[in-house]
Amino acid sequence: MIDRTNQIAGAAAAAPAKSRRRAGIGRRTAIAALLFAAPAFIMYAAFVLVPLAMSVFYSLQRWDGIGKMRFVGLNNYLIVLTDADLLQVIGNAFLLAAWFTLIPVVLGLAVAAAIREHLGGPFGTATRTILFLPQVIPLVAAGIAWSWMFANTGLVNQALRGIGLEALARGWLGDFTFALPAVGIIGAWVLLGLCTMLLVTGITKIDPSLYEAARLDGAGPWDEFIYITLPGLRQELGVCVTVTVIAALASFDIVYIATGGGPGIQTTVPGLEIYRLAFAHRQVGLASALAIFLMVLVLVCVLPIQWLTRVRR
Amino acid sequence: MKGLTLDAALARLLIIVLMLLTLLPFLSMFSAALAPSGSYPPGLAWPENPQWVNFAKAFEVAKMDQLLLSSLLIVIGTVPLSVLFATMAGYGLAKFDKGRGRWFYLVFVLGLTLPFEAVITPLYYEIKALGLLNTRFAIILPLIGLYMPFGVYWMRTHFVNTPKELSEAAEIDGASEWKQFWLVHVPLARPAIMSLAILQFLWTWNQFLLPVVLVQDPLQRTMAGALGAFQGQWGTDVPLLCAGALLILAPTIAIFLIFQRQFVAALLQGAVKG
Repeated sequence: MIDRTNQIAGAAAAAPAKSRRRAGIGRRTAIAALLFAAPAFIMYAAFVLVPLAMSVFYSLQRWDGIGKMRFVGLNNYLIVLTDADLLQVIGNAFLLAAWFTLIPVVLGLAVAAAIREHLGGPFGTATRTILFLPQVIPLVAAGIAWSWMFANTGLVNQALRGIGLEALARGWLGDFTFALPAVGIIGAWVLLGLCTMLLVTGITKIDPSLYEAARLDGAGPWDEFIYITLPGLRQELGVCVTVTVIAALASFDIVYIATGGGPGIQTTVPGLEIYRLAFAHRQVGLASALAIFLMVLVLVCVLPIQWLTRVRR
Repeated sequence: MKGLTLDAALARLLIIVLMLLTLLPFLSMFSAALAPSGSYPPGLAWPENPQWVNFAKAFEVAKMDQLLLSSLLIVIGTVPLSVLFATMAGYGLAKFDKGRGRWFYLVFVLGLTLPFEAVITPLYYEIKALGLLNTRFAIILPLIGLYMPFGVYWMRTHFVNTPKELSEAAEIDGASEWKQFWLVHVPLARPAIMSLAILQFLWTWNQFLLPVVLVQDPLQRTMAGALGAFQGQWGTDVPLLCAGALLILAPTIAIFLIFQRQFVAALLQGAVKG
């Protein structure tokens, strides 16, 4: 690494000296800037841009990963958009997005709106530490912990039996109706602390005199929430929704561990389906088409959120 | 301290409930981990006869010491280089505040929302062609590349906001571009660099998709990848699985508790900027 650094250092330092005087400062700076960016760009190109181009190329082929490729044009994309199972898989991602987003944002907003002050002192530290735990552990661990929570003898059923709702107890992750909501709750659990802390931090930046003025004008708590809190938190809400939507659409770890996509394909998400198609069913072309589709889907969902919640000054 | 209003008291209550909800899965795992190995314990109960030996057994079957070493090697291979490259590129690209050269930065930014699943299939064939399957390099090299969009974005945002006069003063002193970068800008950027390093440490340690696809041997994987393999092998033995999962979590949680302030700051900023 040191060798490499020195080389780059040398190159970066030498480049401006070599370029001719009359080329001017602008050009020299530009060359130096590009040299500074070169190592990052090389790694980015080698392990993101090239694979991305390969993905596009594969997506136009029929290929089992070993034998000969056959060009099939946009056929794979047609399958992604028409196959009932794949459409359900894509739909699952959106259902998960609803769970991943709504629970953390609504609960986070409730806490933020009620507290509306900085969480200082030992209580604040304890809150931050505990609520951030799910952000720090691997999603795989969250999946294992919650598989156990939702298991037949797990805590969820224990609690239901404890309050006399035995009839509701079931193996949640194996249930055709409840598996997807259960996975949704796992994701919501992971994202809850982050959203809450983002919104609590955001609300302390709203000018308190706005609330005082509103109160003088006779506004109730609900009006304050709608006209001051929500607009004031626009940027933070945008961040929360962006993070949670990406987490849901591109989910893989939690589903892989908690349900493996089952029962049936009730909880299969595009990320898991790409993995299965490419490495279990040897349909590399179709897997790649779904991969490109997923990438575009994330962009199409995230860009409007960013645009809507951007703070105009 | 101010007296609590009714609203604030309610909010505290709500927060305490949220904290309990956050902790419950850990407590439930902990209680199961102390039940006799191979049994079906209840969701949450202090076992009559706590089997602390489960942790020792899980440590042994998971080969925890080797797992720790493997994750550590992957982090050491990934994070310093990735942070260095991102810092350099962020510094370089911050010079193009307008006009041509900006497209170069946009190419990086385009990768910000890229799901890793979108490139995992070709990465497999690429890593295979390089002869690196089943080695730690299969995780290290792609991760450096995949971290570039966020890292460059993060560091450029920092450098764009540092005053130009700094560079100008150094230039008048005759410092080369590299010296300006290394001796003036990098020391000033230390907080941003630290946050980036913390985030990338977490992402690397917890990376799951790459090890699952590219590395078969759990002992060459990250902690998260190894945990996946551990579940595959011991998934039916709930106490042992819970003990193993808690052990695998322990190092991350310990580091998090020690550097709690820095982690929370990094995660909050990371979300806002990302």
